[in-house]
Amino acid sequence: MAGAQVAQTLSLATPPLDERSKYLRRLVVRTLHGGERGHVGSSLSLIEIMRVLYDDILRYRPSEPKWSARDRMILSKGHGCIAQYVMLAEKGFIPHETLDTFCRRDSILGGHPEAAKIPGVEASTGALGHGLSYGVGMALAARIEKRDTRVIVVMGDGEINEGSVWEAALCAGKHKLANLTAVIDYNKIQSAGPTREVQDLEPILDKWRAFNFATVDVDGHDVDALRDVFRGLPLAADRPSAIICHTVKGKGIAFAENDANWHHKSKIAKDMVTKLYAALE
Amino acid sequence: MRATCLNMVYDLAKRDKRVLFIGSDLSPGLLADMQKEMPERWYMEGITEANVIGMAAGFAMEGYIPYVNTIATFITRRCYEQVAVDLCLHELPVRLIGNGGGLVYAPLGPTHLAIEDIAIMRALPNMTVTAACDAKEMVRLMNCTLDWPHPIYIRLAKGGDPVVSRDENGFAIGKAIPMRRARARRSIVLMATGVMTTNALAAAETLAKEGHDVAVVHFHTIKPLDEEAVLEFSRDAELVVTVEEGTMIGGFGSAVADVLIEKLGTRLPPLVRIGLPDAFPHKYGLQDELFEVYGLAPAQIAARVAKSLKVREKVA
Repeated sequence: MAGAQVAQTLSLATPPLDERSKYLRRLVVRTLHGGERGHVGSSLSLIEIMRVLYDDILRYRPSEPKWSARDRMILSKGHGCIAQYVMLAEKGFIPHETLDTFCRRDSILGGHPEAAKIPGVEASTGALGHGLSYGVGMALAARIEKRDTRVIVVMGDGEINEGSVWEAALCAGKHKLANLTAVIDYNKIQSAGPTREVQDLEPILDKWRAFNFATVDVDGHDVDALRDVFRGLPLAADRPSAIICHTVKGKGIAFAENDANWHHKSKIAKDMVTKLYAALE
Repeated sequence: MRATCLNMVYDLAKRDKRVLFIGSDLSPGLLADMQKEMPERWYMEGITEANVIGMAAGFAMEGYIPYVNTIATFITRRCYEQVAVDLCLHELPVRLIGNGGGLVYAPLGPTHLAIEDIAIMRALPNMTVTAACDAKEMVRLMNCTLDWPHPIYIRLAKGGDPVVSRDENGFAIGKAIPMRRARARRSIVLMATGVMTTNALAAAETLAKEGHDVAVVHFHTIKPLDEEAVLEFSRDAELVVTVEEGTMIGGFGSAVADVLIEKLGTRLPPLVRIGLPDAFPHKYGLQDELFEVYGLAPAQIAARVAKSLKVREKVA
């Protein structure tokens, strides 16, 4: 079945957002309010992916962010960072109050995440197409040291337009990095419009398979389904994994869903914040 | 110099488990002994420069010291954003070994001529930029790279370059080396980097025979620039001349000029910069032939200096 068809089928079956998913989205709105700006749509499509990774999958110690036995999770689509910031607050890497400082002059939380400033952030991202190569290096390092570290690189669909992603994919496939997983937030809308029109990625599963990844696609808002897929890693013992998450840009805010105009918003004033909260009731 | 540099990577890897090698698509059998002895620290990843830099960054984030090697234009221009973001922003100890700095690949044309590598690498925060003058100095430089906490660009010359460096001069990253002393403080001072130091020394010989008092200072490190040495040798100089095998826009001569303008203000010594013009080289042939095209051969450097002195005398 082609990816787009799967997406349609899956989105029809998506369970309604539960209270935790809504709560996390309210934290996103709190953060947007703090900075009066942010990548709204790009963060909201990521919420369940980040939630499941931090709640159920990743090994980490908030009190010891550089703990050597931690799993490495690189948010390569750095513009979706608010989704990660709220999970870092939830897990105690940073206080919740820090979310209110988003993008302010002396804040540690910028519009793209910086590893040197934020505990729990592996790499500074924002320029797209860098994270998978970091992951390759980290996964090879784990192999040398015989560590069972899992390396998970979360990318955007627009991001994988970058040629560097496919260079890294070639390399990961060649080295049979079963400890490396590429996660694609496939919300199907990039900044300029639908991915199908801007730079079509289909057949997306075939592409990753052709680069010697084991692949699966999943509803990126279905918490149980995501949990099952992540718990099943690696998808194959002799290959890296690619998980295509079918998501909805702006998920959870009805008036922002699937609207490229909500990719990023600036000048988010109080009345808009009220509307965003209301949409999450 | 290239063989020495790469053999040093193997040597360092034997001494330190953090060291590893990543090449793109280099000669068959390159560092074969290293590959055999430590396959988990030897990588040849094909023509994927962006990935190679990111992969090196990933390794460095895990505590390794990757030495990455490919042709200078491709390790600088081709993956500039990766070098900036992956290495410089994260301030990782990755070493970029660029084959054929300057005009080495003369017969291959402008796609392979690294004329602005020094300028663009120099512009990046946290980057260290080096150009050793010969193979012996390359050994000294490589020995210093293990414990240098920043990314380093290591510009390689052609190979088989005459040895002009001397052990007794010592070596420290960021510390210039006086190669030829003048008799008086008011002298001509030639400042050069890479193999241009060799040409500057030869030019100094010619000028000395003509009765001039000439000092030569070698800057194997362009960034961080040894500002103290620049100032010490410039303060009372009759004429300061910079010589580089690269574009003069933002290159070594610019770096020296920046220091002089910033620190000496109105007491600036006369300054002549010799290097490549703002143009892609349009001829082939050999590196030495391109030196002649661009006035970088020793006799041409000497003539340019002498002419500049004459012009100044006339004005005076």
